[in-house]
Amino acid sequence: MSQQGYEPKIIGFLCNWCSYAGADLAGSARLKYPPNLKIIRVPCSGRVSPELVIRAFKEGADGVMVLGCHIGDCHYATGNHRTARRMPVLRALLEFVGIEPERFLVKWVSSSEGELFAQTVREFTERLRGLPPLEKSLAWNRRG
Amino acid sequence: MMDAGRHPHITLLTYSEVESVSGYVGNFTIRIRKRARSVDEAKCTGCGACQEKCPTKVLDTVFEAGLGYRKAIYRPFAQAVPPVPVIDRENCLWFTKGRCRLCEKVCPTGAIDYNQQDTILEVQVGNIILATGYDPFDPRRISRFGYGRYPNVFTAMEVERMLSGGGPTGGRVVLRDGKTVPQSVAIIHCVGSRDENTHPYCSRVCCMYSLKLAHLVRHRTGARVYQCYIDMRAGGKAYEEFYKRLQSEGVVFINGQPADILLEEGKLAVYVEDRILGQLMRIPVDMVILSVGLEPRRDSREVARLFGISTDADGWFREKHPKLDPVATMTDGVFIAGCCQGPKDIPDSVAQASAAAAKVLSLIGQGEVEIQPAIAVVDEWMCTGCGQCIPTCPYAAIEYLSDKGVAHVIEALCKGCGTCTGTCPSKAVTLRHFTDRQLISEMMGAIFAMRAEEVTEEMSVT
Repeated sequence: MSQQGYEPKIIGFLCNWCSYAGADLAGSARLKYPPNLKIIRVPCSGRVSPELVIRAFKEGADGVMVLGCHIGDCHYATGNHRTARRMPVLRALLEFVGIEPERFLVKWVSSSEGELFAQTVREFTERLRGLPPLEKSLAWNRRG
Repeated sequence: MMDAGRHPHITLLTYSEVESVSGYVGNFTIRIRKRARSVDEAKCTGCGACQEKCPTKVLDTVFEAGLGYRKAIYRPFAQAVPPVPVIDRENCLWFTKGRCRLCEKVCPTGAIDYNQQDTILEVQVGNIILATGYDPFDPRRISRFGYGRYPNVFTAMEVERMLSGGGPTGGRVVLRDGKTVPQSVAIIHCVGSRDENTHPYCSRVCCMYSLKLAHLVRHRTGARVYQCYIDMRAGGKAYEEFYKRLQSEGVVFINGQPADILLEEGKLAVYVEDRILGQLMRIPVDMVILSVGLEPRRDSREVARLFGISTDADGWFREKHPKLDPVATMTDGVFIAGCCQGPKDIPDSVAQASAAAAKVLSLIGQGEVEIQPAIAVVDEWMCTGCGQCIPTCPYAAIEYLSDKGVAHVIEALCKGCGTCTGTCPSKAVTLRHFTDRQLISEMMGAIFAMRAEEVTEEMSVT
């Protein structure tokens, strides 16, 4: 597979109330964003356990994003506080196992921020295009 | 109000405060601190003899907006329900200096009890309606309007009291000296509303009460009345007609918010740009009335936390859905009505309160509640009882069963956010309809689809 034709595969965990609605808004407002993202709807970004993110990488995703409500805006009051505390730890762990932390994005996108959602996906896809596919990037794969 | 006070099925607890709330819809336990009012409610007939004889006068900053006085034993206002007075212990001579006891002597039923203590009540209720209202905006925060600096700048509430026949001036509108009748009055809209420096939202009621004040002040004093507004928001039944009527009555409408108010030649000079004329104007007036906006109660965030509901960025209580469920909250069994949810006028508050009452009645009528299917469950075989999920739950819906040594989800409280599922280190908590298996399958399907696209693309290239 040539580097030029490489399209990163992105899995996005979007909270049902803010970011998923924001993505919906981006769609209904006909905003353009790359089709590299496949969205998995979760009730709250707090539902996303670290294992789910790791599993996504294991199954072949080149990038994973977790989008939730802005802090203080969570539909479930404090669910995203957990995300905010959990994900930095996971990021450190990803780095430890050899997955570039740039492949993992946590961001707050509200239901009214369709443009921010589209922009986030555009930027994240661009960032991943600058990296090799994860399979080639992983150290043990390179050696093996 | 009187009807509610007399109703056999309604217990009114005034001068009381909720200390804690526990439980869930249908099973709330509420601890209420009933403050000592130093008057026995069972004995008091509300005759008012104590108020009449009390020698201590206190400036009434609440109901009379700082213009009038009340006694140290008082009712907040004449029509207060229940009509039982309270002793203000900070000002009462008996509590401060240990003498007087006049009210005790004049009370015909012996209802005065100086030794009364706060009592704690515990009540069991099924539903809660919060209607805690709002606070008026304090115009001292906008220094250019000079409230507190210039004596003849008033808030709308002060003028409202002056217009009342039973108010501190007996219905006369006068300047701060208490006798001069103003010849010209400027009413300034949007004080503390639609202002990036204070509150960005529209307080919704000020346009209409400003029009009412303009009408009444003109009627009582014959003064020339100027209205400085940003936009006239007279949306509501017969509101626009009232606006039109005031225009024809001769009230001067100026489309612009004043930039400054200065004391010039004994008058208050209002500097304002009229956006319709496109001209700077200087209007010398005797009296300025500030139409102050509405803001959330000072303690709205604490109250929200107490009842397990959330507030929006401004501090208003958040409804379950702004359009489809405007009286319910995210906590089942807790409803909101009136200005605690956002600025609104009396008809809207009454409508919302009726809706909240109807919602509660329907819950009572059903006798049982329907809960969301997507809730968390604990697999007791897997649970190690570490307790990590318990503090993560935003709804305190997880309890620790000490006899089994495992966590347990209270189904009526769980809202299905799944934070516990994401936390559980032993994968014992499952969120129904969003299980790990479901999410992983979805994920694998998505990646498979993306891979398939890649392959087809490659094939089409070669």
